[in-house]
Amino acid sequence: MIAGIVRRHGALAVLAVLLVVGGLSFSTFLTPYNLSNLAVQATFLAVVALGMTLVIVSGGIDLSVGSTFALAGVLAAYGSRWGLLVALLLPLAVSALIGLVQGALIARWRMAPFIVTLCGLLFARGLLQLLTKEGSTTYLVPQDSALRWLGQGAVLVVLAVLGYLAGGVLLQRTGFGMRLFAVGGNEDAASLMGLPVARTKVSVYVLSGLLAGLAGVMSTAQLGSGVTVVGVGLELNAIAAVVIGGTMLTGGAGAVSGTLAGVALLAVIQELINQVGRFNSSMQAVVSGAVLIVVVVLQTLLSRARR
Amino acid sequence: MSNIVLEAVGVDKHFAGVHALRGVDFTLRAGQVHALVGENGAGKSTLIKVLTGVHQPDGGQLRLFGDAVSFGSPAQAQQAGISTVYQEVNLVPQLSVAQNLFLGREPRNRLRLLDFAALYRQAGQLLGELGIPIDPRRPLTSYGLGVQQMVAVARSVGAEAKVVIMDEPSSSLEPREVETLFEVIRKLHERDVAVVYVSHRMEELYRICDSVTVLRDGQVVHSGQMAEIGRLELVATMLGRELTNVRTVFSGEHDSRSGTALRAVGLRRRTVLDGVDLDVAPGEVLGLAGLLGSGRTETLKALVGLQPLDSGEIQVDSTTVRTGSVSSAIRAGLVLVPEDRKAEGIIPHLSVRENIVLAALPRLSVAGIVSKRRQRELVDTFMRRLRIKAASQEQRVSELSGGNQQKVMLARWLAMSPKVLLLDEPTRGIDVGAKAEVQALVDELADQGLGIVLVSSDLEEVVEGADRVVVLREGASVAELTGDQVSVDSVLAVIAHEA
Repeated sequence: MIAGIVRRHGALAVLAVLLVVGGLSFSTFLTPYNLSNLAVQATFLAVVALGMTLVIVSGGIDLSVGSTFALAGVLAAYGSRWGLLVALLLPLAVSALIGLVQGALIARWRMAPFIVTLCGLLFARGLLQLLTKEGSTTYLVPQDSALRWLGQGAVLVVLAVLGYLAGGVLLQRTGFGMRLFAVGGNEDAASLMGLPVARTKVSVYVLSGLLAGLAGVMSTAQLGSGVTVVGVGLELNAIAAVVIGGTMLTGGAGAVSGTLAGVALLAVIQELINQVGRFNSSMQAVVSGAVLIVVVVLQTLLSRARR
Repeated sequence: MSNIVLEAVGVDKHFAGVHALRGVDFTLRAGQVHALVGENGAGKSTLIKVLTGVHQPDGGQLRLFGDAVSFGSPAQAQQAGISTVYQEVNLVPQLSVAQNLFLGREPRNRLRLLDFAALYRQAGQLLGELGIPIDPRRPLTSYGLGVQQMVAVARSVGAEAKVVIMDEPSSSLEPREVETLFEVIRKLHERDVAVVYVSHRMEELYRICDSVTVLRDGQVVHSGQMAEIGRLELVATMLGRELTNVRTVFSGEHDSRSGTALRAVGLRRRTVLDGVDLDVAPGEVLGLAGLLGSGRTETLKALVGLQPLDSGEIQVDSTTVRTGSVSSAIRAGLVLVPEDRKAEGIIPHLSVRENIVLAALPRLSVAGIVSKRRQRELVDTFMRRLRIKAASQEQRVSELSGGNQQKVMLARWLAMSPKVLLLDEPTRGIDVGAKAEVQALVDELADQGLGIVLVSSDLEEVVEGADRVVVLREGASVAELTGDQVSVDSVLAVIAHEA
C-alpha cells in the first residue's frame, strides 16, 4: 500500500517538475487558456484510461477501446438526427455489448484477454469502416442538437471529473472494487473463496466498453461530427497512462488517481513538445516516445528510492 | 453419537481416464475432528474438492444434514457452511489482512459502501479471539507464510462455518503456530463445528483428531475411531503393505572425508543475515535448524548467490566464490533445490526430460545445438538412479506425484555434477513413501561424496538426517551440535534459549 502511494506520487512529482520547467521556458504554457485547453483535450483519454485502470487491476487488458471509441463517436453522430437520447443510448449500448461479448469470452470461455480484445479492436474498426463506407460518408450532428451543448469544454471536464470520483469510490469503497483487486491479485484464490470471478470480469469489460463509448460520444459532441480516423492507438496511450500512474500491469494493485496523474503527464509532455515547435509530426512521436521512457525510468527510481 | 453434518455416499469421480474416486462413503459428525489420510494420489484432494464444490461428482450423492445437495461452485458450498483452508495459501497478497478475512462479505455502511472502521474492528476481534497477534490493516504480503496460513484459517472460521476442511494446514507452520492452530480447532470442536484434517504428520493426527478415514487408490480402506488404530497400522493401511519400519530411513551417519567441500564465513545482509558461519566436508550432511524466519532459507539463497550479501566469504573446495552471483556458484559446484517446488522449481508444462536438462543445457550443447541423444542418455541415467516414476521421459512433469516432482528437481541439479547440494525442505508436502525414498537418496548422495546442507522444518528429519547441526537464530549461527549432541531436545534447547 505504501509502495502504491509512492508510485502515485512518482507520477505527480514528475508532473510538477514538467509544469515548472514548462512555465519557466514558455510564456504561453502556464496560462489559464492553455491549461484549460489541455484539460479539455485530455478528457477523452482520461475517460478511456479510467476503464482501462479497472480492467488492468483485475489482471486483464482491453485493446479494443480505441476502436470502440471511434465507433461510438460515429454512432453518436449518426443517432443525433433522432434526438439526444438516441445519440447517447445507441453508441453506449453498442459499446457495452462489445464489452459484454469480450468479457463473456474471457471470463466464461477462459480465452486470453489480449487476443479477445485484439479481435474486438479489429471488429469495431471494421464495423466503423462498413458504416461510413470506408470513411466516405460523414455524419454531422445537427446544429440544434442538444449533443452539441454536451460538447462544451467545461461540460466535458466536469463529466470526466465525476467519472473519476465515481471510479475512485467504486474501486476503493465497494465490494466490487475489492473483488477486482482479489481477481487481479490471485484469481485462483478469489474463486476458491467463493467470489463470483466470472461475473466480476464480465462487468469490468462492460464498464471499460461503456467508458470508451462515452469518451467517443464526448468527442463527437465536441467536434460536431463522427470522425472515422480518431482513436487509432488510443488504447496504447490509455495503457501508458495507467502504468505511469502506478497501476501494475500484472494486476491486483492500482488506483484511479494515479491514472489521472498519468493522463495529465502525457498531455503535458505532448504540449511541451508542441511548444518547442521545431519538430515535424514524425519527430514529435520520436521525442514523445523518448521522453516517456525517461519518465518511466525516473518514476521507477523514485519509487525504489522511497521504499 | 452426535448428528451427521455432511455425508458422501458412493461418490465417483473420473478424470480423463483416471478413476480418482470409486464409491467413496464418508461421514462427518458435528464436533468431530476427522483425519483424512492416504498417500499422494489416493484421492484425498479430489474428495475435498468434491465436498467443497470445486468438482462435481460423476456418481453418488452428497448430503448436508440429511438433505441431498449438489454444489456447483465453491461459493455455493461456502454459503451452505462448508469452508476450506488450502495447503497453499489461497489469499490475495496485495490486499490487507482484514480485506482478505472479509472478502466477499465486507461490512457495508448505509450507502452500501465498504465500512472500513467496522472491517478493521471485526477483523481485530476475530484475530484476537483466535490469538493471532497481527495488524489487520497491513497488507498480507508483509507477513510470512505461517501467518498467512493462520489468516486463511481465521477466514474460514469467521464464515459461520458448519464444516471446516483443512488440507495440510500445518505444512508451513512453526511449532508455535501449530499450537495456535490446534487451539483454534479445539474452539471449533466446542462450537460443534466439524473439522476435516488432512496431514502427513502422524503426531498431529494423533494429537488433534478423534476419527480417521483412510483412502487408497480412490477407495475408502478404513474408517473408524483414531484411538482404535495404531500408528504403524495406520501407515500400513495407507500404503497397503506391511512395513517393518515406516519411520525415517535416514542412516544419519556418513563417512565424511577429510577436507572441506564448502566453507562460509560471516555471511551478513542487513535485516536478514547477521553472521552465519558454516562448513561442510565432502560426504557429510549438515543440518541447518532454526525457526521460520531465523535465516535458514536466506542462508541457502545467499550461498548460491540468490541473496546479495553485504559481507562474507564463501569457498567451495578452497576456492573463493563470488557472492551474489548465481552463475559463479553453479560453476563452483554449489546448487540449491529450493523450498517452493511450484514457484521456484519445476516448470509444469514441460516434460520430465526438459525439466531435468534445463540447467545442464549449456553443458550438453555444442555451438548452441543441443544433442537430443545426449539429453536422453542423461535423463535415462537419472530416472533410473533416482527411481523417478514416469510413463516416459516426455510425460508432463505436472502429471507426476509430489515425490516424483521433487526427484526431478534433484535430478536437474545433480545433472550439473555439483560438489555441494543445498536442500531446502526436500520432503515438504510429499507422502510417507516418497519421503522415505527422498531421504534414502540424500543418504546415498552423501555416501557418494557430496557435501549436503539440509534444511527442514521437521526437526526430527534434520536430527536424523544430519551428522552435524548448525542452529540459526535471528540470522546468525548460534550453536553447532555434533555427535551425541544431535538430538531434538538439544536443538530445541538452543532454539528456545533467549539470547
